[in-house]
Amino acid sequence: MTDHGQIRESLVLGNPSIRDVTARIASIVESKITIKYLLTLGFTATLAGWGLFALYYTITTGIGVWGLNNPLGWGWDITNFVFWIGIGHAGTLISAILFLFRQKWRTAINRSAEAMTIFAVVCALTMVLSHTGRPWLFYWLLPFPNQMQMWINFRSPLAWDVFAVNTYFTVSALFWFVGLIPDLATMRNYVKSEIAKKVFGVLSLGWTGSTRHWHHYEIAYMLLAGISTPLVLSVHSVVSFDFTVGILPGWHTTIFPPYFVAGAIFSGFAMVMTLLVIVREILDLKQFITLKHLDNMNKIMLATGMMVGYAYILEFFIAWYSGSDWEKWIFLNRMFGDYAWAYWAMFTCNVVSPQVFWFASNRRNIPLMFIISIFINIGMWFERFTIIATTLHHDFLPASWGYYSPTWVEVSIFIGTFGIFLTLFLLFAKFVPVIAIAEVKSIMPGAQPAHHHHDHEHDHVAVGSGTVTEKVH
Amino acid sequence: MSSTPVGVIGEFTDPNAISAAAKKIDQAGYRKWDIHTPYPVHGLDKDMGIKRSILTYISFAGLLFGITNAIAIQWWTSAVDYPLNIGGKPLFAFEFSVPVDFELSILGTAIFTVVGLFGLCKLPTWYNKYQDDESFKKATDDTFVVTIDADDDRFSAEQTAAFLTTLGAANVHLVTAP
Repeated sequence: MTDHGQIRESLVLGNPSIRDVTARIASIVESKITIKYLLTLGFTATLAGWGLFALYYTITTGIGVWGLNNPLGWGWDITNFVFWIGIGHAGTLISAILFLFRQKWRTAINRSAEAMTIFAVVCALTMVLSHTGRPWLFYWLLPFPNQMQMWINFRSPLAWDVFAVNTYFTVSALFWFVGLIPDLATMRNYVKSEIAKKVFGVLSLGWTGSTRHWHHYEIAYMLLAGISTPLVLSVHSVVSFDFTVGILPGWHTTIFPPYFVAGAIFSGFAMVMTLLVIVREILDLKQFITLKHLDNMNKIMLATGMMVGYAYILEFFIAWYSGSDWEKWIFLNRMFGDYAWAYWAMFTCNVVSPQVFWFASNRRNIPLMFIISIFINIGMWFERFTIIATTLHHDFLPASWGYYSPTWVEVSIFIGTFGIFLTLFLLFAKFVPVIAIAEVKSIMPGAQPAHHHHDHEHDHVAVGSGTVTEKVH
Repeated sequence: MSSTPVGVIGEFTDPNAISAAAKKIDQAGYRKWDIHTPYPVHGLDKDMGIKRSILTYISFAGLLFGITNAIAIQWWTSAVDYPLNIGGKPLFAFEFSVPVDFELSILGTAIFTVVGLFGLCKLPTWYNKYQDDESFKKATDDTFVVTIDADDDRFSAEQTAAFLTTLGAANVHLVTAP
C-alpha cells in the first residue's frame, strides 16, 4: 500500500468489543427455533424429499425415465453436475485464495461460503452418481482389485474427474472442519445447555486456544489454503477436460479450462450473494456482513462476468479463425439454432446483467444485487446446458439429429438438489457458528499487538464508532 | 484437606501487554507454561520462544506419498498388470497421468497436514487440567490466559503468582486439584 492515511471502511460495524462478537454469533445457536425457521426448513426439506423420490424412481426403474436419448446422452444430469461443482468454487476461492492475498474482508463470509462448497459438492455427487445409472456400483469408478482383474482407464478424463471431485470434497471438508475447531471450543464454553456443551465439547476435540497449538494451527491453515488454491483451479479444469478431451466441435477447445474456472467463480459468488443477502437479513448479521463485503463481492462478479463474456466472444472468433466448417457451424447453431433461446438467456444473464455493477450505488443496492445474483445463477446454468446440448443435438449425420427436453423426473431431481442444498445450509446456519468467530476477532481494531505490524503492512486505530484508519509504517 | 497445585493462572486483555509478558516469562526460564488466546495473536509464538513447527515437513511427506502412489498405481495397473490397448494410446505416459498425480498429491498433503496438526497438538484430548477454572474458560472468549504449570522446575506457588502480578496479570490465582 502506498497511499498514506487512507480512510477505509470498517469491516465490523458498531465498534463491538471482542466479547460482543462471541455473544452475537454464538447466541444464534442458543436462540429459540422460530416458526418461521421451521416453516422454511419444512419447505426446503419437502423439495429435497421430492427430489429424493425422483431419484428413487430413477434408480429403481433406470435412467430411461429421463429425456435422454440418442444423440443426447448427456442432458440435465451433467449440466447440474457442472453447475453445482461450479457453485462450490466460490467457497474455496473465498476461504483459500482471498486468505493468501490477505483480504481481511473474507473473514465474515468464509465460513458460510465453505459450508456452501461442501453442500454444493454433495449435490454434484448426487447428480453424477445418479447419472451412472447403477449408482450401487459406484466403486467401479475406483481402482480396486476385483474378480474381473480389470482396472479403471486412467487415459479417460472421466476417471480423472472421479479423483478431482473426491479430492475436492475431502479437502474442502477438512479445511472447513479445521477452521471450525476454535469456534467449536468457543461454543463449548459459551452455551448453557448441558447437551450442547457435550456435543460442542466432543467436536472441538478439546481445543483450548493454546498458543503452542495456534502456532501449528496457523501453519496448517496456511498450508491448506495454499493447496486448496491450485486444487480449486484444477477441479474445474478437470471437469472441463470431460468435454475438451473429446473431439466434438464446440467442446474440443483449449479455452475451456480457464473459461470454466472463471465461470465457476462467477456462479459461486452469485450463489454466495443470494444466500448471504437472505442470511444477514434473517439472522441480523448486518454488523458483520456489511455493504462493504457485498460491494467487494459485486466487484468480483463484475470481473469474472467480463472474463466469461470474453470467453463467449473469443470462442466465436476462434471458430471462424480455425477454418473448420464443423466448428463454424456449431457456433452459428448455438447462436441461431434450436437452442438459441438458451444461448441468449445465458448471454443476457451472464454478460449483460452484471454490467450494472460498474456503478457504486448499484453495488450497494441490496434488492438489485439479489436480483442480479439470481440472474447469474440462471445464466450459468444455461451456459452449461448450452455447451452440452448444442454440441450433442446435431451429430455429424443429419440422420442422427435430435432435440432434447427433460422429463418431470430430471426437473424434480434438479429441484431436489436445491432442496438438499438449502436444507443443509439452513441446518448449518442455525447450529454451527455461521461466521468465523476467531477470525473476525483477529482482524478487529486493537486486537493485535502494535509492534508486530511491520509484518502486516498496516495497523488499525479506531477513531470513533465504526471507522478504522489504516496507517502505513 | 491437602490439594496438589496444578499451576498458576493470570489474565491479560491487552495484546501489547501479553506480548511483553510472554517475553519476560520466557526469559525468566519457565518452560512448562502457555498462553491461551481466543484468536491467534501475531508474533506471540515468537515472544514465547516457540520453535518453528515441523508440520511443513509432515505435509511435504504427504505430498510425496500422494504423488508416488498416483504414479505407481497408474503405471502398474495400465502398463504392467493388465495392459489394454485403448484407442492406440500408450499404456502409460507421464502426460496423461498429470491430473491424477496432481489430485492425489493434494489429497496426500491435506490428510498429512490435518493428521499432523492433530498429532502435534495432541488433539483430540477431551480433558485439560485447568478446564474447570473460570478464568481458563474466558480464553475462548476475550481474554489472554497465562498458565504456568506446577511441574515446571522454577514453579513456586507464591513467587510465580507474584511474578505474574508484576507483569500486569489480573486475577492471578493458584489452581489446585483435590
